[in-house]
Amino acid sequence: MASRLLWASRAASYLRISVAHRGFATVLKDLKYYDSHEWVKVEGNSATVGITDHAQDHLGDVVFVELPEVGAPVTQGEGFGAVESVKATSDVNSPVTGKVVEVNEELSNSPGLVNSSPYEQGWIIKVEMSDAGQLNNLMDADKYSKFCEEEDAKH
Amino acid sequence: MTIPQRQKLGRPLMKLIRLREWPILQQLHIEEQLLRTSSENWCIINDGTREPTIVMGVSGKPAELLEIKPVLHDQVPVIKRFTGGGTVIVDGGSIFVTFICNKDAVPDLQPYPRPIMSWSSLIYNEVFHGTGDFHLRENDYVFGNRKFGGNAQSITKGRWIHHTSFLWDYEIRNMAYLKLPSRAPEYRSARDHLEFICRMKDYISRSDFIDRTVRALGTHFSVESEELEAIQSGRSTKFSPLSRLLTAQEIESASCELESPKSLACFSSP
Repeated sequence: MASRLLWASRAASYLRISVAHRGFATVLKDLKYYDSHEWVKVEGNSATVGITDHAQDHLGDVVFVELPEVGAPVTQGEGFGAVESVKATSDVNSPVTGKVVEVNEELSNSPGLVNSSPYEQGWIIKVEMSDAGQLNNLMDADKYSKFCEEEDAKH
Repeated sequence: MTIPQRQKLGRPLMKLIRLREWPILQQLHIEEQLLRTSSENWCIINDGTREPTIVMGVSGKPAELLEIKPVLHDQVPVIKRFTGGGTVIVDGGSIFVTFICNKDAVPDLQPYPRPIMSWSSLIYNEVFHGTGDFHLRENDYVFGNRKFGGNAQSITKGRWIHHTSFLWDYEIRNMAYLKLPSRAPEYRSARDHLEFICRMKDYISRSDFIDRTVRALGTHFSVESEELEAIQSGRSTKFSPLSRLLTAQEIESASCELESPKSLACFSSP
């Protein structure tokens, strides 16, 4: 952690940029999490998917969200869309396998909802799951919080 | 998935492809394929591209970013690329440098846009050491407060690409095809293109820039040259790149919607 801060602050002062650091990101208790920083809310056979507060904070201001088509298949661990933040597109991966039944059309006009409300208004897709057993591959809130801390500490 | 080789010194291997005046669309296709299907680290340097071409980012809208009538009249090719970022017009005066890396290729580097951007500028700090007042300004490479290098990225689960188009030289008339973007860095301060950009040729020769870039890379990676033919022979026929040339009809539709959003003429059949 100390070496990461030293690297970042040295680079920042050399490059005359400010480096914003958040102490920690919000993690919600009743959600499940994937290791590429997507969250899923399970209600019966339906799964709502978005990216976490940790992810949106690291990506920066989201300016565009590439949404899949309704009816498209999604597979756990594979990309189904992308978010664009300033100069970068970043894949969004599905934490579950199934079929897309709804996409958040609001994101076409207001992509910033992913930043301002990552767990509520910034949801991205809803999926009809075909294999609920795969939820066992996901992290709960506590494990995900530790995962984020370890990831930030390594870099 | 094969594990990238590491040399005895601990620097990860990076394969270098050097191209000259390669068409920018083909360069983008190669890059996208290497990002998505390779497990190696790559640097691609393309010294110029033959035909003046407009290249927009993944979410670019022609009506907002381009002067449509002259673009159509002069039949300037317009490409939408797979990475984010803004719009550029590239030609023989451009130099392209691309890094494609596994997420653990650079120690202590988080695979997110800002850290990757900062890291890339450390490479170019070495390249331009003693040459001009170089720095990374917001997300652009500048000398002083004038931009000469534009950046874009794409980040997947385990890899990332950071590519740059450098204005070694440019044609003033080509800048007239581009509108002032609504989303612009603060330091631009509403300057028009010619007040905002500068030419790298005023600071360094093409060959020096490329040589210095390869040397700077060598301090972070173990660089090995690779021939393009070796990649092309192994290309997967199943991979479909996203970067594409927009049709004249698509660009015309954009113009039509801008002038008369609900006009029936916008929806006439081809």
